[in-house]
Amino acid sequence: MNYSPSEIMITAAARALVGERVVFVGVGMPNIACNLARRTVAPDLELVYESGVFGARPARLPLSIGDPTLISGATSACSMADLFMNYLQGGRIEVAFLGAAQIDRYGNLNSTVIGDYAQPKTRLPGSGGACEIAIHARRVFIITPLSKRTFVEKLDFITSPGHLNGEPNERERLGMPGSGPQLVITNKAIFDFSGAGHQMRLISVHPGVSIEQVQAEVGWALEVAPQLRETEPPSSQELQLIREELDPTGMYTSK
Amino acid sequence: MKLSPLHAAIAEHVHDGDTIAIEGFTAFIGFAAAHEIIRQRKKNLTLCRMTPDLVYDQMIAAGCADKLVFSYLGNPGVGSLHCVRRAIEKGIPQPLEIEEYSHFGMVSRYMAGAAHLPFFPLRSYAGTDLAQANPQIRFIPNPYGEGQVAAVPPLNPDVAIIHAQRCDARGNAQLWGLVGMQKEAAFAAERVILVVEEIVDEEIIRSDPNRTLIPHMIVDAVVHQPYGAHPSYVQGYYDRDNQFYLEWDRISRDQFATEAWLDEWVYDLPDWQAYLDKLQAAESDIWQRLAPGQNLSQPVNYGIYA
Repeated sequence: MNYSPSEIMITAAARALVGERVVFVGVGMPNIACNLARRTVAPDLELVYESGVFGARPARLPLSIGDPTLISGATSACSMADLFMNYLQGGRIEVAFLGAAQIDRYGNLNSTVIGDYAQPKTRLPGSGGACEIAIHARRVFIITPLSKRTFVEKLDFITSPGHLNGEPNERERLGMPGSGPQLVITNKAIFDFSGAGHQMRLISVHPGVSIEQVQAEVGWALEVAPQLRETEPPSSQELQLIREELDPTGMYTSK
Repeated sequence: MKLSPLHAAIAEHVHDGDTIAIEGFTAFIGFAAAHEIIRQRKKNLTLCRMTPDLVYDQMIAAGCADKLVFSYLGNPGVGSLHCVRRAIEKGIPQPLEIEEYSHFGMVSRYMAGAAHLPFFPLRSYAGTDLAQANPQIRFIPNPYGEGQVAAVPPLNPDVAIIHAQRCDARGNAQLWGLVGMQKEAAFAAERVILVVEEIVDEEIIRSDPNRTLIPHMIVDAVVHQPYGAHPSYVQGYYDRDNQFYLEWDRISRDQFATEAWLDEWVYDLPDWQAYLDKLQAAESDIWQRLAPGQNLSQPVNYGIYA
């Protein structure tokens, strides 16, 4: 069955949530992935949104993390003070999804600025909740298209900490309860951080993609896992759920 | 009397140079009040808001602001805020100073402001460049143990503009849905302008006290303005007008097109009712399109205890 690059990203992200119970959801692809996971590999998954929702059951595709469909039928709606103090800083979030305009080999993320902070070439959205999500979620999954513009040797700005400079226990030393980024899921390949000094390491390529094609989109010499896998393509059941229920207009999944 | 037309509430409580907060996270965004501020040509404002959204994009394009205090600059679910970016990157229509936090930082600032604390501690910002970009973010030693915590200063706006579903004539307001930081922003502000979809009897408020987030004692003006949060939404009253959020992405890319839009939809109209009439003239069934349907909560028993 044919599938789009976004569809394989979403199914790979959903499968990574197997057995998870509490996920911090972002809008767009993470939202579809989390809702897909709840219908497939993680039936007990509680969806938490930074806007102040626990246990959301969105009846339509949310167009932002503040969509009213996240409230109707949810288990709990709370203030953002509650959400950031008790749910996130309180250590209740198992997995969170983040994206970024730039990522380095240690999974540090930039969503603030391209160029100089005071004289920006491109002003990006900024942290939102990303900085503290990166610090507090027990595990972080990064979801972003693979591109040389994104996978850079050096970030223009660190918005959200990953494995910092790769020194052992650096996150712990700085008082970060979460274990940082664990996976990077892209449209061409999947990476973990078990390379030397918590460096990103290629663990799976999507069907039809070569290691060279992945390396060409990454701004440093990639470490490749000895047992490199090929990503399992989306199943017909997963594709049916995505196309008929989760994103029927193909807003996030057609490309 | 607190009950006031919107133009009078803005004229009385919002002054040039004020620090203002129009909060509401995706929901409850006070566009009616923002348009009135633009129409009254208020100047040199410091605008505080976690997510500046279209509301501050419009105010900044109109030249109302000198400074923006925020944590996420985006057109939610769509893309960039082009007017804010134009001001930051190119100084059009005027330079804009920024003071940038994370969401938790802004949440903490409102909590410190509301509780009159000198700062609020939070575990954030370590290992990032955010504290370098904003010297107001500091690290302090943990007074009870090892390590450091981040601290942010209180935020006490001169005025908070709070949109809500309903209140009574004195301004006891109830909100449900994504309540965001509406309560904390209101308690943190020197003056509060409350804008509601409905004014209801005090009995209705007293029938469900847990839902009352804002008590009348902190409210300075009450404005009854149905649909006053369009194109954002009010839970159970109307949906977000996503079509407009997409359209704004196109309009706002160009300063001249933005100014033409401000002329047509703000400056050339006398008030919010004229805006609503104009919306309906352009799309007769707009409120049917945005109608949320009915999904009632089950009543609860508070008891009598006489």
